[in-house]
Amino acid sequence: MKCRKCGGKAAINMRQHKLALCREHFLDWIPEQTERFIKKYRMFTREEKILVAVSGGKDSLALWDILWRLGYQADGLYIALGIDGGIAYSAESQRLTEAFAAERGLKLHVVDMARDYGHTIPQLAEVTRRGQDKPCSVCGLVKRHEMNRIARDLGYDVLATGHNLDDEAAVLFGNTLRWAGEYLVRQGPVLPASPGLARKVKPLCRFYEREMAAYALMRGITYIYEECPFATGATSIYYKELLNRLENDRPGAKLSFYLAFLQAKKEGLFASRSEEVVPLLNTCPTCGQPTSAPGQCSFCRMMARVSAEEA
Amino acid sequence: MVKIILRNQEYEVRAGMTLHSALKKLGILPEGVLATRNGEMITEDEILREGDVIKLISVISGG
Repeated sequence: MKCRKCGGKAAINMRQHKLALCREHFLDWIPEQTERFIKKYRMFTREEKILVAVSGGKDSLALWDILWRLGYQADGLYIALGIDGGIAYSAESQRLTEAFAAERGLKLHVVDMARDYGHTIPQLAEVTRRGQDKPCSVCGLVKRHEMNRIARDLGYDVLATGHNLDDEAAVLFGNTLRWAGEYLVRQGPVLPASPGLARKVKPLCRFYEREMAAYALMRGITYIYEECPFATGATSIYYKELLNRLENDRPGAKLSFYLAFLQAKKEGLFASRSEEVVPLLNTCPTCGQPTSAPGQCSFCRMMARVSAEEA
Repeated sequence: MVKIILRNQEYEVRAGMTLHSALKKLGILPEGVLATRNGEMITEDEILREGDVIKLISVISGG
């Protein structure tokens, strides 16, 4: 198979675009396309300060690398979750993230749950008994809270995450199966800022997961290859596998599923419902972040409960 | 023979078939992996040669 741009040997074939590219042209194509998506969805400008949430995985490190190559003001945020799983998962992902930042001279903020809050994610899950045998709900709650806190406290204009199209299509598939209107209405490349909440953007939302892995590999980015030990059996992975079976038979199915959804949303398919379900936000008296119910936010309630149980 | 490695699993297929045919024979979806030979990525139409070692990289992550 030949590169469409130079006729050389192709390194990757993207069937959904009928496009095969060599290493060199693929590594040019990804940032060009990312720039196009940033502008198309009005994610941010070169004058704005971007906080990139990095996990040490392929997508977030690839995103940071792309934004750095494009000349954006992008700093990183790593949250040390304290997950071991017999493979030193968090320690290794932190080491890789710090090495990535150091190699490029990039600024990295680190929130260490054990150091800053006295508890790792698995410990918080155990004490609060949230999420049964898996700490994923605690993890999500902590990450959302801390990402927004750092973005707000340190004056970032926007928070960027490395969600790729497979992530988005899997979430969309799950929400569609449940007709979860309140989630469908919020899904998209940009979640606008609201009082106390930073704008959130997903510049990689139109790239397949396979393309991001290829980008990381071809750029020589060393990322944590091992999956989070708690992700085994996750529904999102099951949905991704289902969608890949569909994609295998019908190239472009994942992309058109997501893009047709965005188009339908733009045309107002979910618009009237959205006005009804947007909750009135209150302010948490402890941390100052918005919360849907009066009183403390979920994060501060959880931390208060942990303190009470330890007293 | 051609050796194909995915995580801790090793498979063997005959030389002369394409990567796409080999993955199909092994029941591995091409969408979920990248294939490398000697550290270089290869496309699905690549014909596998005697003695090749193909390393597959799983691309699905999440939780």
